[in-house]
Amino acid sequence: MIDEDSPGMNPGLAEAASGEFPGEIENGNSRTPRWRKFLRSLKVPALAIFSALFLGGILIILTDTDVLWAWARFFNDPMRALSRSWEAVWDAYSALFVGAFGSLSAWSETLLRATPLTLAGLAVAFAFKASLFNIGANGQMILGAIFSAYIGFTFDITGWILVPLALAGGVLGGFLWGGIAGVLKATTGAHEVITTIMLNFIAAFLLAYFLTTDTFLPSGSANPISKNMLEQARLHRFISGERVDIGIFIAIAAVALVWWVLEKSTLGFQVKAVGLSPDAAKYSGMKVALIIALTLAAAGGLAGLAGATVVLGATGVLTGGVIGNLGFDAIAVALLGRSNPWGVLAAAILFGGLNAGAVNMQAETQIPVDIVIVIQALIILFVAAPDLVRAIYRIKKVDTEEAQSFTSSWGSS
Amino acid sequence: MTNIGANLPADEIQAPADGEIALEAEELHKAKRVGWIWIFVGVAIVWLFGFGSEAGVETTFNLSLESDLSITLPSRISCLAIGAIIVLLGIVQSIRPLPKRTIFTVLIVLMAVFAFLIWATRDSSFSMVGMLQSTLIRATPLALGALAGVLCERSGVVNIAIEGMMLFAAFLGSFAAAATGSLWIGFVVGVAGGAILAYGHAGLSVTYKVDQIISGTVINFFALGITSYLAAQILTKYPDLNRAGTFARIKIPVLGDIPFIGEILFDNNIYVYTAYFLLPFVTFMLFKSRWGLRVRSVGELPKAADTVGINVYRTRYISVILGGGAAGLAGSFLSLGSVGSFQQNMTAGRGFIALAAMILGRWNPMGALGAALLFGFAESLQSKLAIIGTPIPSEFLLMAPYIVTLFFVAGFGGRARPPAADGVPYEQG
Amino acid sequence: MKVELRGITKRFPGVIANEDVNLSLNSGEVLALLGENGAGKSTLMNCLYGLYRPDEGEILINDQVVDFETPGDAMVAGIGMVHQHFMLVPVFTVAENLMLGNESVSGPLGVLNLDDARKRINDLSDKYNLPVDPDALVRDLPVGVEQRAEILKALYRDADCLILDEPTAVLTPDEIAELEKVIRELADSGKSIIFITHKLGEVMRIADQIVVLRHGKVVGRTTPEDTTELGLASMMVGRDIQLVVDKPEAEPGAPMLEVRDLSVLDDRDAVAVESLDFEIRAGEILAVAGVQGNGQTELVEAITGMRPALTGSIHLDGEDITSATPRELWTRDLGHIPEDRQADGLVEPFSVADNLVLNTYNWKPFAKGILRDSPEVRSHANQLVEDFDVRTASIDTHAGTLSGGNQQKVIVAREFTHSSRLLVAAQPTRGLDVGSIQYIHGRIVAERDSGAAVLIVSSELDEVLALADRVAVMYEGRFSGVLEGDEITRTRIGLLMAGRTVDSGDSSETDTPEPPTQDPSADGNAR
Repeated sequence: MIDEDSPGMNPGLAEAASGEFPGEIENGNSRTPRWRKFLRSLKVPALAIFSALFLGGILIILTDTDVLWAWARFFNDPMRALSRSWEAVWDAYSALFVGAFGSLSAWSETLLRATPLTLAGLAVAFAFKASLFNIGANGQMILGAIFSAYIGFTFDITGWILVPLALAGGVLGGFLWGGIAGVLKATTGAHEVITTIMLNFIAAFLLAYFLTTDTFLPSGSANPISKNMLEQARLHRFISGERVDIGIFIAIAAVALVWWVLEKSTLGFQVKAVGLSPDAAKYSGMKVALIIALTLAAAGGLAGLAGATVVLGATGVLTGGVIGNLGFDAIAVALLGRSNPWGVLAAAILFGGLNAGAVNMQAETQIPVDIVIVIQALIILFVAAPDLVRAIYRIKKVDTEEAQSFTSSWGSS
Repeated sequence: MTNIGANLPADEIQAPADGEIALEAEELHKAKRVGWIWIFVGVAIVWLFGFGSEAGVETTFNLSLESDLSITLPSRISCLAIGAIIVLLGIVQSIRPLPKRTIFTVLIVLMAVFAFLIWATRDSSFSMVGMLQSTLIRATPLALGALAGVLCERSGVVNIAIEGMMLFAAFLGSFAAAATGSLWIGFVVGVAGGAILAYGHAGLSVTYKVDQIISGTVINFFALGITSYLAAQILTKYPDLNRAGTFARIKIPVLGDIPFIGEILFDNNIYVYTAYFLLPFVTFMLFKSRWGLRVRSVGELPKAADTVGINVYRTRYISVILGGGAAGLAGSFLSLGSVGSFQQNMTAGRGFIALAAMILGRWNPMGALGAALLFGFAESLQSKLAIIGTPIPSEFLLMAPYIVTLFFVAGFGGRARPPAADGVPYEQG
Repeated sequence: MKVELRGITKRFPGVIANEDVNLSLNSGEVLALLGENGAGKSTLMNCLYGLYRPDEGEILINDQVVDFETPGDAMVAGIGMVHQHFMLVPVFTVAENLMLGNESVSGPLGVLNLDDARKRINDLSDKYNLPVDPDALVRDLPVGVEQRAEILKALYRDADCLILDEPTAVLTPDEIAELEKVIRELADSGKSIIFITHKLGEVMRIADQIVVLRHGKVVGRTTPEDTTELGLASMMVGRDIQLVVDKPEAEPGAPMLEVRDLSVLDDRDAVAVESLDFEIRAGEILAVAGVQGNGQTELVEAITGMRPALTGSIHLDGEDITSATPRELWTRDLGHIPEDRQADGLVEPFSVADNLVLNTYNWKPFAKGILRDSPEVRSHANQLVEDFDVRTASIDTHAGTLSGGNQQKVIVAREFTHSSRLLVAAQPTRGLDVGSIQYIHGRIVAERDSGAAVLIVSSELDEVLALADRVAVMYEGRFSGVLEGDEITRTRIGLLMAGRTVDSGDSSETDTPEPPTQDPSADGNAR
């Protein structure tokens, strides 16, 4: 059947990007125990990760000259070609794994990277719940970083007050930045994808500007690197000699909070109703525009907190590239985590591990760290297009797994 | 009552009548408001730039890099004159609205920018030709990237993957050119590279109905990852493979010899000339040809296209792939037309700027060109002024086009109307 | 053109949409395909038009077996379809729309030859008396003209067989009369015409032969000469068409809802409701009848707080609720059954339990502060599912997976949970099975008897007749008449729906002019 054009909101997004496909979690009529459903919900992500690693392995083989030479002499010594290929991939991935999870300091690096990914991933995932595509986590993180850095190097007060204050400043910065997109969406219908992309650029220039001002720069410096955070403003590193800081606990607390809001609070009920059926939400008296504005602002707040943990934690200074591409990685994290807060945490740890492990991999095998970007891209590809995964692995479509009918448009409002 | 429509229900009889009057009144009101804005702009120019320039100081604009052609203007008087003209236009507009408001608006913006330049560069000389040349060079990849967006979105497929397609094409084009020693092969391979990723985007979003924004995100990630990886793995080991070189500039006979204009417009490389040809050509084809009518119908109301026998999927595939080719041009311009080699993430967000230009240009290639010139102008102005030094932080100049886009998308000062079925997957019967 | 369908069967997962359907018509003939919503009329025509491929059976054009893979094939064979939802691109001109897919072009680039198209359109317009401006943008056209453009679009493609899918659903009675004339003229000029409808009056007036579908099968073939509307109706529904509701006499109390001088704009900022005055008393059902699109939707939305009033006031039990939000209205005991139950009434991916608290989720006992109380929500849901006989696997089932009737029961259960002072129900039983209809009707009457004022908006005349204590007929944004007691007859309502005034009293029956349009009483496509 030909489907109706349904421009405007994109309710499909909330469903599609969420773990709660119809029948999967909410449909309690099946007698499957919870843990089996849990395992089943892991199937597509697990296969996606496996497939991505597999294709990444092929890429490693194809770009390793020694291995290619071995393949060139395949008919002389086929075993050698195979074993060299296997070795190249095995060496790379084991170095990757060891660098990610193989030691205390590996875990430290992984969790350090997972912290902002978790928080920014939540920022994207929370917006997904209201069918909003928050592509602006990057800009929101930048604003959060600016606000919290300013507080962190300015107010010389006790850390017990300064750290919460600086974190709150980060939340506020992101909240305002997300709020702009939210208010524009709620009042004028401006599509959040476009507005948040624009706001990303504006935030980046704003940061570049602040890094030319005397307020932010150490006196006498023209380098675009801000003053150092005050010692007591830094997030506490709880393992001596390792970089991981209490940011990870803040991230976990945020995961729990977002989960609680979504599952247990009336606010989350409204967010989900707006995401799944804005019309029904309106008919039942919810203030749809307000919820939309608030959701994007709250998402921004989470991203802002992510930015705060970066400058107060890992870096300790504000630079032009302090946020990098984290806001875009966050989209991948949210998709892989299926917009479920705990899924986001798991995905962030995985991605944090990939990033941390890649450094070790490059050191040991000279394979460039950038391969993890390819792997990440492939993971989201397979998560977003489960039909591909099903086609590859010949998985029968179970009716508890909803067909992916993503719709999302900035077509007419 | 001789025909079906003669007797309409109340809402239809009255609506147009009431509505039209209301609309006209509102239109008039709006037009007058525009006049007030112009007056404000004019007064601001008089105040800031006119009286902001010291009396007797002069501004010199160099109009040629090759000769000494230049003009010298008295700063204060020129700014005052420009301000006065704008105020005058504003007064006329607020009393009796002028026809063709858009043209006047563009004119006023140009005059305002000119006044700003006179003021900002007073008491020194400023290379007008250099700035406009660099505007054009910066605008070309943006306009081509925006063209990619237009082609995709006019057929109903949202494309935020322009960035990725450009980056991929920049790499492949550069790599192919360096490996074969032929820039032309690089040119072709670059276009093909954009088209290949576009094919992937079409497959994901048309056939697999993956959310088009997610699909675009995947492609951007993939392009960044694969090009960075290959650059690090191959290009650093074999630096020769990253010495593609650039297309030489070709000076068009006669036209290229025109002072000022010739130097800016007709002494460029093949990419710029390709853009000269493609942008109006695609505009013409989109709005005047059978192909364009079909593409737009698929982007507006695919069901209607389907019921008259137009293959919606195929039309979308072709448009998206053509768009990918345009993005490929935009991307390989960066490596083969400008830098001469590939650098990691060398697009640096230009694909997203192209997206903004597409929106600002109202999904029309020529409009997108205008927007791209605006973005290019802001960038080149910023880089020139950063050298001269002005009271306005250069970051704000760079920011300005994005703020304009933001306002535009929100419906202030013009309505951005995307194709109705943009981003909506179609289920073929 | 001779068109014949032999043994057409079309299956969708879980349903047989058409089963062994045969029909045949000659050139110059008008065939009416009659059936209730969901009887399989549109599916059958989509098979003929190449949008679907039948699983079994064959299609013959001029005695040649054809196989249409796409609508393009059907068009080449001379079949044109005017869809219920117009297939015209709003931002294109009429000429561009008509030539789409069939463009006349010049040059190697395929440049559109609009002059050629204009000329052909003007010729066709003259020939079939279907005037339309080729250069007008479709979005600026009124609905009747848009339909003309749709018909021209088929003729532009040299269609010899025209399929019209529910063409009168959006038209006013005068437009309908005009359309009937056009159809007759087209048939006289040799076109064969298939006319899909569920309105009996139209069928009796214009059809040469009538085919009645029910549950995808042909259940009757006849001609207007050999049957009556009643005969057709019973064929369509396969049972006695009278719908009986056990309804005691109303005992109206004080006015509950008072609407004064209410005007409302529609989405296009046109006046949809024009200075309306009425009241509903407690314990009374007022049914608003009328052809769709005469302002009923906007009226309901204004009363339920979904749409602002342009002028006038609305009072509920003396309180001004003109600008109250839906949430405030709920606290003042307004129950609302929205017209589009799937889009507006339910969050389909939510569970039945959550849907049952969609507007009380933040109230005690379902929430404490901002914390939701699931055990309360669940026990509430279990109670309502039992009380309202919602057939669902469990209260955790997604509302979207329920049948239409059960979905409507969920909404009714939610809205009737607390005693209403005002109940507004728009098309409360559209598309439901008989059992659900009777159940819901019973509930509505019960609500009335417990003292609520009830406003029903329905385009189903039988529903109006079954439920109403008073009937207001809406035409062009106003009430063309309000009927009470014995005045409520099909004929009178029909006349009012066509915009004619009826004097109260018996005189109206005698001085009724012969309606030039359909007698909408035939609209009782009833169940």
